[in-house]
Amino acid sequence: MSRKDPDLLIQTTPVLRQGLTTPHAMRDVWLSLLPLVLAATWFFGIGALLLLSATIAGALMTEWVFTPEPRRRDVIRDQSGLLTGLLLGLTLPPGLPLWMAFLGGAAAIGLGKIIWGGLGNNLFNPALVGRAFLLGTFPIAMTTWSPAGGPGQLFEIQGSLFALPFQSPVYDAVSSATPLGLMKFEQQSTGLMRLMIGNTGGSLGETSGFLVLLGGLFLLLRRDFDWRIPAAIFASAALFSGLLHLVDPARYPGPLFTLFSGSLLFGAIYMATDPVTSPLSPRGAWIFGIGIGLLVVLIRNFGGLPEGVMYAILLMNAATPLIDRYTQPRVFGRKAGPG
Amino acid sequence: MNQRVELPTANQPSSTRLALSVALAGLISGIAIIGIYEATLPTITANKARQLREAVFKVLPGVSRMQQLGFVDGSLKPVDVPIEDLTLYGGYDNGGRFIGYAIPSDGPGFQDTIALLYGWLPREGRIVGMEILDSRETPGLGDKIYKDAVFVANFSALIPDPDIVTVKKGTRSAPNEVDAITGATISSKAVVRIINEGQARWRGKLPAPGQEPSLPDPAESPEAGPGSG
Amino acid sequence: MDMDKNLDTYQEFVKGIWRDNPVFVQVLGMCPMLAVTNSAVNALVMGGATLFVLMGSSFLVAALKQWIPKQVRISLYIIIIATFVTVADYSLLAMLPGVHKELGAFIPLIVANCMILGRQEAFASRHGIRFAVMDAAGMSLGFVLALFSLGSIREILGNGSLFNIPLFGETFEPWVIMILPPGGFITLGLILLFFNWVAARKKAFLEQVAQAERESL
Repeated sequence: MSRKDPDLLIQTTPVLRQGLTTPHAMRDVWLSLLPLVLAATWFFGIGALLLLSATIAGALMTEWVFTPEPRRRDVIRDQSGLLTGLLLGLTLPPGLPLWMAFLGGAAAIGLGKIIWGGLGNNLFNPALVGRAFLLGTFPIAMTTWSPAGGPGQLFEIQGSLFALPFQSPVYDAVSSATPLGLMKFEQQSTGLMRLMIGNTGGSLGETSGFLVLLGGLFLLLRRDFDWRIPAAIFASAALFSGLLHLVDPARYPGPLFTLFSGSLLFGAIYMATDPVTSPLSPRGAWIFGIGIGLLVVLIRNFGGLPEGVMYAILLMNAATPLIDRYTQPRVFGRKAGPG
Repeated sequence: MNQRVELPTANQPSSTRLALSVALAGLISGIAIIGIYEATLPTITANKARQLREAVFKVLPGVSRMQQLGFVDGSLKPVDVPIEDLTLYGGYDNGGRFIGYAIPSDGPGFQDTIALLYGWLPREGRIVGMEILDSRETPGLGDKIYKDAVFVANFSALIPDPDIVTVKKGTRSAPNEVDAITGATISSKAVVRIINEGQARWRGKLPAPGQEPSLPDPAESPEAGPGSG
Repeated sequence: MDMDKNLDTYQEFVKGIWRDNPVFVQVLGMCPMLAVTNSAVNALVMGGATLFVLMGSSFLVAALKQWIPKQVRISLYIIIIATFVTVADYSLLAMLPGVHKELGAFIPLIVANCMILGRQEAFASRHGIRFAVMDAAGMSLGFVLALFSLGSIREILGNGSLFNIPLFGETFEPWVIMILPPGGFITLGLILLFFNWVAARKKAFLEQVAQAERESL
């Protein structure tokens, strides 16, 4: 094992774990997400901005309410709640009612962060906890995908966004299927070019493979995350889907489709690399990423749902303490093995 | 409180006494359980029979009398005890004329086994009703297989030739097609598959039209008489 | 009974409802608590069955305690409890077949509710009939209260109704997760959180009062 800084001893349990709190790293993340926000607005209209504001408002308000007075300002200022809200918003379907998005933001911070004792203590990625809560709570609204529009519809806001709290949304247009849904239920593939550009049905910020990759590349060049995690996810998802594709090309999509459809790119770059909920050691990062890729391929091809990135990452989040334990560098002078 | 110290070995009851007290308690408990069983059995049996009768009448419109039929020794006969997998219910109108069969079938759903009953008119080759008897599908989604009247209405006029299939909601165009429930495709498909399996199981086992087992004299078998429920 | 002298009937009754609530404070009986509280009716029927079993068992155990040899007391308690559970099971099957079907295996599983055996061992076998029955009534009412609060919250959010009466109109969007097992865990967790928060606030307040009294002396 070689690390960039060989003098730095990385240990798991006793050290304080922190999220991306340095202002420099935080600014990079905002910069890398900006194109995604703009693309979401372009494809789905300015309603996308309303949705993102709703999740952010839910996240920040929950953070404010449950933080004791003296620490409130610091907690709001560290921007992590803001980031959680934005990341959650980017994974939502474009026609989701605002009240559900707000609730999702509140659940992300409340169930994903606060009840664990705040930032650094949470086992699961808060944004994904919020999304899992929303998917479990409103399964229909969370899987109703409005079709991507274009510049002509920039200022049209879908009526479903304004459903009153506790009421069902009424959708303006016939919902469209996501590329993954088309693949799973109609055995119909979507071209790589469309997946790269992103004018397909799907979550707000995840449809454009090109922009997500661009953001990832930027963060990589700025060394803001552990590159091993996305690399391992891409490699294992490509490998396992490739193997399945060889067995039955008609039923199982190939590696390229697997990588560029759904939220795999977005999840690998923005969710799985969360430093609080991913393993610390390089070996752990590889195991973590390979596990996510394998689970995504299994869930997509053999599960009941068309998409599995969220559950794959959450499951590997749960395995992170165990991975950390087994990949922790051995304390010098001790015998290997138990005892 | 008394501070008298109890000597551990002083007045230990003998093991015979211990065994006797447990045996006595078990005996009294057994008598109580037999008592409650005997007391509630008639109501429980009546409830079950009434539920079954109501389901049969629901899936076979126009039926007011029924009897349990089983496939024994190569033919369909009235039976008192259900035959594993090969039991169905014959439905008759007030005059005792045969109308159709109510066929029970079950199979895996999204969460757990779905058990259902469907009404089959052999002379017309039509399915005229479907009732879910038991299921644990997801509340709010899968449970629409019995809560969504539009979905249930799919089964009031189906011609299962070829096998029934599910189609996307609103695109039903042939008499063997069923509109699936949005968001509960798996449960919808399960219901259709269970009915198809029921059809496959009974294929070639039902008597030719006109040869159906007739209703015994109501006087002989009061349970098959006009429904009280 | 000598030790009953210090007891007060009313106190023995109310302690189970709030101060020693079997669910919120002792965290007992979690299995039915999470499994069958997806509607207010299910919660009440489950609570009622438990109340019947606990009061019956506590009465019998308190009444028979001098004839119960302590070496086999746990077996005898279980026989008594199981008898009451079987009676409740068959009666429900006969009277409320619909609810019985939804509660399923959880009615027979009342036998395994540690709250019930716990009350026999900790209370009914050491006290007179009157106190044993009061204790059982309080504890089971506390249990019913807990089941009902969880069941009604889950039914209101998960089905938009209470006792099957719709509250939010036709276009209500159900929170599906609330009637599924995760909703039970989340709601129970939040209720426990609330109880602990109240307890912590009360303790802090009492300490402040004590502090002030010390200083004024």
